[in-house]
Amino acid sequence: MSALGDRIREVAAHYPERRSAIIPALQLAQEDHGGWLPPEAFREVAEALEVTPAYCFSIASFYDMFRLEPAARTTVEVCTNISCAAVGAQQVLEAFERELGTRPGETSDDGAFHLGTIECLGGCGWATVIAIDDRQRVGVRPEDVPAIVEELRGDGA
Amino acid sequence: MATAPEIPEIVFAGTEGGAVTDLDAYVQAGGFRALAKARAMAPDEVIEEVSTSDLRGRGGAAFPTGRKWSFVPKPEQLPKPHYVVVNADESEPGSFKDREIMERVPFRFIEGCLIAAYANQATHVFIYIRGEYDRPFEVLRDALEQVRARADLLGGVTIVLHRGAGAYICGEETALLESLEGERGQPRTKPPFPAVAGLYASPTVVNNVESIVTVTPILELGGAEYAQVGVENSTGTRVFSLSGNVVNGGNFELVSGTTLRELIDVHGGGIAGGRRLKAICPGGLSSPILTADQVDTPLDITSLAEAGSAIGSAGVIVLDDRCCMVEYALRASRFYEHESCGKCTPCRVGTRWLSQILQSIEDGHGTQADLDLLLDVCDRVNGKCLCVLGDSDALVVASCLDKFRDDFQAHIDLGRCPFEESPLAGVLAPAVQHERRFHRELDVIPA
Repeated sequence: MSALGDRIREVAAHYPERRSAIIPALQLAQEDHGGWLPPEAFREVAEALEVTPAYCFSIASFYDMFRLEPAARTTVEVCTNISCAAVGAQQVLEAFERELGTRPGETSDDGAFHLGTIECLGGCGWATVIAIDDRQRVGVRPEDVPAIVEELRGDGA
Repeated sequence: MATAPEIPEIVFAGTEGGAVTDLDAYVQAGGFRALAKARAMAPDEVIEEVSTSDLRGRGGAAFPTGRKWSFVPKPEQLPKPHYVVVNADESEPGSFKDREIMERVPFRFIEGCLIAAYANQATHVFIYIRGEYDRPFEVLRDALEQVRARADLLGGVTIVLHRGAGAYICGEETALLESLEGERGQPRTKPPFPAVAGLYASPTVVNNVESIVTVTPILELGGAEYAQVGVENSTGTRVFSLSGNVVNGGNFELVSGTTLRELIDVHGGGIAGGRRLKAICPGGLSSPILTADQVDTPLDITSLAEAGSAIGSAGVIVLDDRCCMVEYALRASRFYEHESCGKCTPCRVGTRWLSQILQSIEDGHGTQADLDLLLDVCDRVNGKCLCVLGDSDALVVASCLDKFRDDFQAHIDLGRCPFEESPLAGVLAPAVQHERRFHRELDVIPA
């Protein structure tokens, strides 16, 4: 039995029915596989929850936070919904484009950074909100971006 | 500018010194007395108290919480486990109140969960928190760990913190239940209602975070005293989320019935950059847009309904006079397109058509007939689906066209967007989710 399988079964024990643990199970698997879900991950989750890999895939393809393709080392996502847009999310996005040398929706040539736009992250009053590998930062202004990118590159990117 | 009046804090009371994340500090300040008081009453008396307060659901639908609880069959009538599910999947653009509630008063919230469990004779409480809420999740997880060490507080109730994975639709209560059961988050047909057949086909109460956290002070104060605050039909306070082109965005707990003007000018510091107000979205993105001359509308259920909009989740988005309302409608529509679960055809296809037509108008390729076509598509979506996601898109687009028709007309007359300084221009979030969920392209615009 794999360590991942054990952790999944432990989480599943909190629910009256095992299937309820499919989202937490896929979250654990994604973490284990470096931020995305390869076919192997679906087999592992399926075995632990006694469901089929196809069922696991059908769940993963529904929810935005599950990645079905290999992730860049660092993913930067800028909210472009109305509240963030109104106070200048576009300028924040352009600043990331300049600093990372990557266009929205693309990954840098060295595979280090993916830059994306994303729907509302729920921090509208503290715009612009961004997510770096799913960790949120609020109140980001275009002039903050060079320091953020420097910090990310310093983290080994 | 007027000075801020005294703000009665009910939800956020006791947080002057910062978030209350230590259980002992919360107990010392009188925490968990409301739970003790509730447990000294009969479950039905607790429901009665909540009914007396006239607490209305804070998630968007404004349904009376006490009445919702009274619909749940008693365990002796329906001998199945009973469940309380808390909707913490706050995903409505413009709304970010539940996040701050969970971060600043996690124990008041957990106390509310336990009171709700007692009143509804539930064995489990499931808190479904949106996946993107990293910090609130951690705060709540730590708070729950502290509470779990106190069996006397739990009283035999199991609380499960369940993290979502990014799907706006899971804020719809039956989609949330599907998701919690381990399925794709697609709404169910109603009836049966969750009160009778909800989670695992058992009696289930689904409440929003702010509704649940408010139950604690209602028990503390008594329903009648709580109902003294606010206005008829909208008792108590609400946590208003303010965002967009204001000086100070953020959450403000104010008495229901406070005007939009007071929220924006006094608490929000007015429109940023000395610009003029153009439009207000008063209750989260899904509420129909209001014009600047409706700024004196009080923020309560009745007044906003009379103004042609809705209190919704009380997320107020303010737009200044640079903003292009075609771009507003387009960004809104792209959001709903992205978030449509795909179950009902009018929504799955209609939200995409609306974005495509709006994009064409914004790009200067729109024709006069497109304006009628927009309304025609809105008509074919609104009220035709299992849930209100598609309706929201239709209502937002139709309200923009109704209230800001000149903006739309100018795009058609000039063959371009005339709002050169509009901050709403620029890159949109990708619509790839549509293909990912439905595994096919739907690129047919109606002729």
